[in-house]
Amino acid sequence: MSETDDKHAVPDMPDTTGTITMEVARFRPDRESEPSWDSYDVPLRKEWAVLDGLNHIKDQLDGTLSYRWSCRMGICGSCGMTVNGEPKLTCSTFLTDYAPGPVRVEPLANFPVIRDLVVDIEDFMAKLPTVKPWLVSGDEEPAEDSEYRQTPAEMDDYRRYSMCINCMLCYSACPVYALDPDFIGPAAIALAQRYNLDSRDEGNEDRRDVLASAEGVWACTFVGECSVACPKDVDPAGAIQRYKLTAATQAVKDLLLPRGAR
Amino acid sequence: MAAWHNVVIIGGGGAGLRAAIAIAEANPKLNVAIVSKVYPMRSHTVSAEGGAAAVAGRDDADDSFDEHAYDTVSGSDWLCDQDAVEAFVVEARRELLQLEHWGCPWSRRPDGRIAVRAFGGMKKKRTWFAADKTGFHLLHTLFQTALSYSDIVRYDEWFVTKLLVHDGRVRGVVAVELATGATETIVADAVIVCTGGCGRVFPFTTNANIKTGDGMALAYQAGAPLKDMEFVQYHPTGLPFTGILITEAARAEGGWLLNKDGYRYLQDYDLGSPTDQPTMRSMELGPRDRLSQAFVHEMEKGRTIEHEAGHVVHLDLRHLGKELIDSRLPFVRELCASYQNIDPVSELVPVRPVVHYMMGGIHTDINGATPLTGLYAAGEVACVSINGANRLGSNSLPELLVFGARAGKAAAEFVSDVPGAATGPVLAQGRDEERRLHRELAGRHGSGGERLADIRTEMQDAMEAGAGIYRDEASLIKAIDKVAELKERFARAAIDDTSRTFNTELIAMLELSGMLDVAECIVASALRREESRGAHQRTDFPGRNDEKYLAHSLIRRTPAGESRVDYLPVTITRWPPGERVYGR
Ligand SMILES: Cc1cc2nc3c(=O)[nH]c(=O)nc-3n(C[C@H](O)[C@H](O)[C@H](O)COP(=O)(O)OP(=O)(O)OC[C@H]3O[C@@H](n4cnc5c(N)ncnc54)[C@H](O)[C@@H]3O)c2cc1C
Ligand code: SF4
Ligand code: FES
Repeated sequence: MSETDDKHAVPDMPDTTGTITMEVARFRPDRESEPSWDSYDVPLRKEWAVLDGLNHIKDQLDGTLSYRWSCRMGICGSCGMTVNGEPKLTCSTFLTDYAPGPVRVEPLANFPVIRDLVVDIEDFMAKLPTVKPWLVSGDEEPAEDSEYRQTPAEMDDYRRYSMCINCMLCYSACPVYALDPDFIGPAAIALAQRYNLDSRDEGNEDRRDVLASAEGVWACTFVGECSVACPKDVDPAGAIQRYKLTAATQAVKDLLLPRGAR
Repeated sequence: MAAWHNVVIIGGGGAGLRAAIAIAEANPKLNVAIVSKVYPMRSHTVSAEGGAAAVAGRDDADDSFDEHAYDTVSGSDWLCDQDAVEAFVVEARRELLQLEHWGCPWSRRPDGRIAVRAFGGMKKKRTWFAADKTGFHLLHTLFQTALSYSDIVRYDEWFVTKLLVHDGRVRGVVAVELATGATETIVADAVIVCTGGCGRVFPFTTNANIKTGDGMALAYQAGAPLKDMEFVQYHPTGLPFTGILITEAARAEGGWLLNKDGYRYLQDYDLGSPTDQPTMRSMELGPRDRLSQAFVHEMEKGRTIEHEAGHVVHLDLRHLGKELIDSRLPFVRELCASYQNIDPVSELVPVRPVVHYMMGGIHTDINGATPLTGLYAAGEVACVSINGANRLGSNSLPELLVFGARAGKAAAEFVSDVPGAATGPVLAQGRDEERRLHRELAGRHGSGGERLADIRTEMQDAMEAGAGIYRDEASLIKAIDKVAELKERFARAAIDDTSRTFNTELIAMLELSGMLDVAECIVASALRREESRGAHQRTDFPGRNDEKYLAHSLIRRTPAGESRVDYLPVTITRWPPGERVYGR
């Protein structure tokens, strides 16, 4: 790389402490039968995220590398990849944490690869609407000109589950999803619970069939890897456990009580 | 191949989703599609932090629509249209309540009612918030609600490259599917552009990678005028290396801006005097244009702090305490820790002005209609204008709801009335565009041309140098010349990637092509406005000149491919132009 290239890549950033090698998985399923590895040396700067390293490669070394990113502040959920074996948001995972390297970047596990580091998440996008992740209003809808009352304590019941950015790290970490692609999966269940536990929502019944099915919470063997992987502290494993309890209680009620009295 | 819909919405951010729901509600029989270059929930609305403004409610008798309108009008330096603002303030409240009914987790008071916080340039507390992830919650609420309207068709990760215009009417778009590289002509009776802003035209911005002004360029190329493009908002508090935003809510909750002597320097810039508790429309709660300008003066006086990434001042949140920071500003703390390696609970946060928001955009009327029949626009890409020369923080989220809904309704009405027309010529145009895209992909490879990134970086640097917080004739002419040179060089730029599958280099090339047009519109409009107003500060014309420039600029492309600037008077209903007074 020429000196001028370097100048453009990193304006105003004098803080180089050498370079680090990034080993990046490359794969074009339309042309190749299996992934290969390319290795690039990128500047090691203390404020650079793994994503900055990828951008350096893309802009200055190899324009053919494909990956997704947008917000670069850990909120849009685009940039999930496997970094040294773990699912991570690459915009908030820093190169210096992997020094002296190499840093291995692969696509998220458990998803079909479209190209290089880009995975196909259509499976999740199709499952999401099945859990009805929207507010199902009941009889007590407030007047048009006022709000539902909801105390901070009531909000705390579901707040955590409302923080999901759909980044797919939990699916990538989930051993159940790896074996059973029909499993609705951690984030979709957490989002269903986000509404189930919202004091304004009346949709519990509507979501029950899907959540309490064999592909719903009961598929989960409580490994808990999803909550470890989650960058937003959503605790999908907790959401699943909690729903198992709800579903079990409901099942007992169903046995004991005649229809209509439930 | 060709698809057809009654209405095609370009963009699945806040504005696009709101428009789609409005159409589905107005007329469920209409066939609506959202085409978006990212999955809707990845749209940039997701990054908005601080909040959304609207008069809070019946028992907050000390606020009124008129006061929200006045703050907006004076904040805009009188360049907004007051009829639009009057409609906006009323409907903003309705929209935020509607969002509450859809499940948005607005932060609450202890008794369960919606909580509001202070914001810059607002005289009353009226900014609704969901902690400091307001845009995230707003976008996900809209996206999830839109899922319940199963008839809304989505083209996720499709990139629109052209608006198809025939017989003076917009008739559809051409788009590329990222996953496959397939191109498709999508015919429509109406198109709504909701593609967001263009911060990436500048080097240092809070904006996400996708904010490349595509919709502005699409409309401009199709012959629709862009309005007030010279007005680019710098937010006073971005983190130095990344440009990541530290929300104004940090100051609304009581944060201070300090220079290198630990002095609250805003008191030297006609913004009031320091008080312990925040005072509305004063000091740190002044408007963004004035605060960013004050930074430049502090720097010239040698009173800023030299940081590895340039000059900064300090945002001091230490006196707010951990508890308040964790409950009201948790994301600020998270961002400072991740990207700056500091804890605002105990440390000063280095910040500097950063390009944040585009006041200008596609010229629309109060219903989101552009002068080009069948073309509508809403959200940051549009210019109605309620923002004029300077947007107030927290007015953009309600704007995209209000005008997203209005544009949706207007388009729904239009397509219900409009006679059908022959699609033959539209399809032929579509095929031409599809052929052009294939040529671009094949022809740019290995031509030994320049790298896209180098042209992009030079454009960004030229914009910052020529059309930054302060501009003058010489700096703008230099920028114009540079952009012209870069356009020529761009024609010869090369790409490495010829694959059709998820070719992000091709997308970056198409984005850069549009950004060069947007950059040209910004500098050309700025050069013509020989006055200083709001975010447009000309050192060679330091005063506001209402006689000549109480008017919107309209820039359009002539058939010869050049740009032409005209002016359109602003609409004044109840608030005649006056002095902008803050802190006194
Ligand atoms: C960091 C940050 C914080 C902010 N905080 C606040 C705040 O607290 N309060 C406030 O009021 N405002 C805030 N703003 C401003 C506000 O968030 C934005 O103005 C607003 O979200 C823009 O929304 P939008 O719907 O117009 O566009 P976006 O949300 O940007 O959506 C644009 C959509 O268009 C699509 N698109 C673009 N180009 C194409 C193309 N060529 N083909 C297909 N699809 C395309 C994208 O995929 C995307 O779906 C903030 C802005 C930033 C940057
Ligand atoms: S639950 Fe966590 S890991 Fe899973 S998608 Fe949501 S944010 Fe990502
Ligand atoms: S780029 Fe948005 S989460 Fe990383």
